[in-house]
Amino acid sequence: MKTRRWNEAYLFLTPYILMFGTFIIIPVLVAAALSLTYFNTVEAPVWIGFKNYIDLLTHDEIFMQNVLPNTIKFALIVGPGGYIISFLLAWMLAQIPSKPRTVLALIIYSPSMTMGVAMSVVWTIIFSGDQAGYINSLLLNLGLINAPIQWLQSPEYLMTIMIIVSLWSSMGVGFLAMLAGVLNIDQTIYEAGYIDGIQNRFQEIIYITIPSMKPQMLFGAVMAVVTTFQAGEIGVQLSGGNPTPQYAGQLIVNHIADYGLIRYEMGYASAISVVLLIGVYMLSKLSWKLFGEKE
Amino acid sequence: MSYQGTKVNPSKFHTSQLKFYAVLIPLAFFMMLPIVFIISHAFKPIDELFAFPPRFLVQQPTFDNFRDLFVTTSTSGIPFSRFIFNSLLVTVSVMFLSVFISALAAYAMAKMKFKLRKAMFEINTLALMFVPIAVQIPRYLVVDQTGLLDTYFAHILPLLAMPIGLFLLKQFIDQVPEELKEAAIMDGASEFTVFRKVIVPVIKPALATVAILAFQAVWNNIETSNYYVNDESLKTLSFFMSSVASGSGNTIAGQGMSAAASLLMFVPNLVIFILLQSKVMNTMAHSGLK
Repeated sequence: MKTRRWNEAYLFLTPYILMFGTFIIIPVLVAAALSLTYFNTVEAPVWIGFKNYIDLLTHDEIFMQNVLPNTIKFALIVGPGGYIISFLLAWMLAQIPSKPRTVLALIIYSPSMTMGVAMSVVWTIIFSGDQAGYINSLLLNLGLINAPIQWLQSPEYLMTIMIIVSLWSSMGVGFLAMLAGVLNIDQTIYEAGYIDGIQNRFQEIIYITIPSMKPQMLFGAVMAVVTTFQAGEIGVQLSGGNPTPQYAGQLIVNHIADYGLIRYEMGYASAISVVLLIGVYMLSKLSWKLFGEKE
Repeated sequence: MSYQGTKVNPSKFHTSQLKFYAVLIPLAFFMMLPIVFIISHAFKPIDELFAFPPRFLVQQPTFDNFRDLFVTTSTSGIPFSRFIFNSLLVTVSVMFLSVFISALAAYAMAKMKFKLRKAMFEINTLALMFVPIAVQIPRYLVVDQTGLLDTYFAHILPLLAMPIGLFLLKQFIDQVPEELKEAAIMDGASEFTVFRKVIVPVIKPALATVAILAFQAVWNNIETSNYYVNDESLKTLSFFMSSVASGSGNTIAGQGMSAAASLLMFVPNLVIFILLQSKVMNTMAHSGLK
């Protein structure tokens, strides 16, 4: 009896494992292996040890001067920023009755459905560089600027616009999970908290709400990290080309595409991928430390 | 300070909620603007698209942009309807297959006993952090080596394994009482019958949620068209969209068409989510990571 079940479980798992293995596990292993080679896709990969990593850290000026600072700036603002906004909005939504809550939650969630891609056309029109662009027209009318600004082509503004657009669409799955989390907290915990001397809503959030929904907070944090790095294409989408103008909106995923798919230096691109995966992993572990349940 | 604890999830309106509305309504209004804009822009006739000074809302709505979109073909001569067909085929396949394989695996992980159960779930949880875009190159090599390049499978297979889908389904199936399964096994049901007759009916909210997530992942995806498919006639609507948007966003005919195409891309997202939103919230309550 026992062995029969044992076998059957794997039967249930096979299709998933097959797909998971082929398109998630193998690519990660291949990236790790290729990162130690020189590979231009035409000739066979040549083993070069850690040279790619050393080059990345010592010779790649664009990586050090543009890509890395850009990625850190973008990730620090969009990740924690989007996460905190998501939590606060979820918490506020939980304080109002169900019908208006559903409508408002839907509106706030809807930008995330577009994943930036379908909406990039909206942003290119709104931030259009001539005087007929909506933002330019508005600012010209208000007398705040004298000449239209090339928003999406100018290195000074591109990053800011990328951050605004990403924050706009950052209330996604994590937001919904946190909303469900706030709503599902047992009311009696609040009552007990007030008996124990909680004074105001701020203390309520810190001492009751967040500790009671730690699992959702953690899920939301992991989703925030992942979506932040997934949003990396946004700069290329907005400015219309890789590399972005003067590398102003160049993020690490664009750098990978630049080397891998434009210059065909697959080995080097794989090394950057590995660095990115390790970075994402460490940030997620950090979230685990903050919100994970201590056993 | 008065007692405030029972105000979470209130059943009716109270003046103390006004402060939350005061923040939420203006904010929701601003978040909605780009979406309102795209709807309005898609219906603008050509003189309004390029009116100076530009107007936010449409004055005399027309279907011209949509008509142009259907009549005009892409540069390589592929009709717009072909992209719609491709997108529908790929989207429906991914939604159905990924929900199915995730549900099977989630059932095994939640209700069956096997040696590697804990390890596998941990690997999957780790994979929640997986950023597909980071390994786009090895993924390309895998697709190339398996001979999937330039086929519909290149759009479908890479998107089927969704760690978040398996995760949510497993958490949800965990809530189903063990007795339900045992009673069915007593009656002589096989594991697959239990899955189909007992589990699937009670986890419908979670299935709907995973279907939505799969939909969003595939419908908006442009990577598969960009990298795995060279044959224009096999590319999807989202790819066509992004190329219209980046290529001709500022030309006279292009802008109205790309606004119309954006709207066509966005509306299915919205409709599906509205239809299934209560199920999503129900599932998300079990989404916690420990």
